[in-house]
Amino acid sequence: MMRVTLLGTRGSMPAPGPDTARYGGNTPSVALRGSDGTLLVLDAGTGICRLASDVTADLSRIDILLTHLHMDHIQGLGFFGPIYHPDIDIHIWGPASSTLSLDARLVRYLSPPLFPVHLRDLPRVCCHDVPCSDFEIGPFQIRTSLVCHPNPTVGYRIEAEGASLAYLPDHEPALGQRNGHWRGPEWTSGHQLAAGVDLLIHDAQFTDEEYASRIGWGHSTYRQAFEFARRAGAKEVVLFHHDPSHDDATLDRMLHEAVRRFKPACCVSGGHEGTVYELGNGHSPPRKRR
Amino acid sequence: MTHPIEIILTRQLAEYLSVPLFLVDPKGDLLFYNEPAEALLGRRFEETGGMPAEEWSSAFKPVDDRGLPIAPADLPLMITLATRLPAHKRFRIVGHDGVSRRIEVTAIPIAGLTGAFLGAAALFWELPA
Repeated sequence: MMRVTLLGTRGSMPAPGPDTARYGGNTPSVALRGSDGTLLVLDAGTGICRLASDVTADLSRIDILLTHLHMDHIQGLGFFGPIYHPDIDIHIWGPASSTLSLDARLVRYLSPPLFPVHLRDLPRVCCHDVPCSDFEIGPFQIRTSLVCHPNPTVGYRIEAEGASLAYLPDHEPALGQRNGHWRGPEWTSGHQLAAGVDLLIHDAQFTDEEYASRIGWGHSTYRQAFEFARRAGAKEVVLFHHDPSHDDATLDRMLHEAVRRFKPACCVSGGHEGTVYELGNGHSPPRKRR
Repeated sequence: MTHPIEIILTRQLAEYLSVPLFLVDPKGDLLFYNEPAEALLGRRFEETGGMPAEEWSSAFKPVDDRGLPIAPADLPLMITLATRLPAHKRFRIVGHDGVSRRIEVTAIPIAGLTGAFLGAAALFWELPA
């Protein structure tokens, strides 16, 4: 079984406050637990800090898989207690650029003056460049692919014990699709990562009206997320990377309206911080609890 | 199989250009050509779809200014695929519409983010006959 916990679902910047308390104000982070206790963390937005209290003494390794290095996806890293723990190995995976390795890119944030601690002073932290060939961590088989978003950005497909998850939190597959006409799977960014997955966590930052003036910013609308999920054959889609200007009432309204107008082909839910999905072991669609 | 994002973005760029562009994979198989290229080649991409290298490289009957046939291996795209370097040439082609056109072609390699060689793109200009 794979247990997926949404730790932060907000895009761009944190949005704390009473008006965003239900969906949550933390920036992207998702925890995956395998049945053997292996812990993967997808992205290190401020949501990752929620996880620190769940890290038990018997855990000796945590793998953090970054999709890209925009601030909302890494700003929790320096505040995630376990990276300073003397007995926990932290492996950080993420995209290099064409000239710099992941650690060389990450050190721009994890060093003064932006942060008081230098990456090199964290001796149990090890960085790995992706994309690479498929790789395994514990029971998880992981596939990465570069996807459509400004600056090097990857999406992840993770499979374990008969369950599958695709994580594309910042993704604009509709960019350049002319007149709303989507091309075939081979010409659609991220399609192969998401094909047939049990759970797709996908960017849905904008309304159609907002998107019109934000084309090329690297994000999707609810309608585009539904269409991408339908074409990929995903069994359930979690809408993610909520715009920081959208409060809970707005997100409820956007979801309700989008479902009514665009009729998604699979189960849909708005990503709420703290929601847990259990995949595998015959749970189809995924079992969800808050 | 989904194409690498660099190839997808190259096609997206091509669809918004008024410069004819031809896109091939590392084997030289045609992946896409845009609307301005359709005008030069005399056929719509929707009609031809992708093509193996041996098919497209001879389909347009490339000849030099003296009218002598140009071997497929001497076309700029094929040179770029072989050398992974830019290549440039002037020659004539006969499109599917039977019209002979004098063109200038620059081919560039597409090396992806990780340095992987993903294919090549050729930009065309039609010259005065």
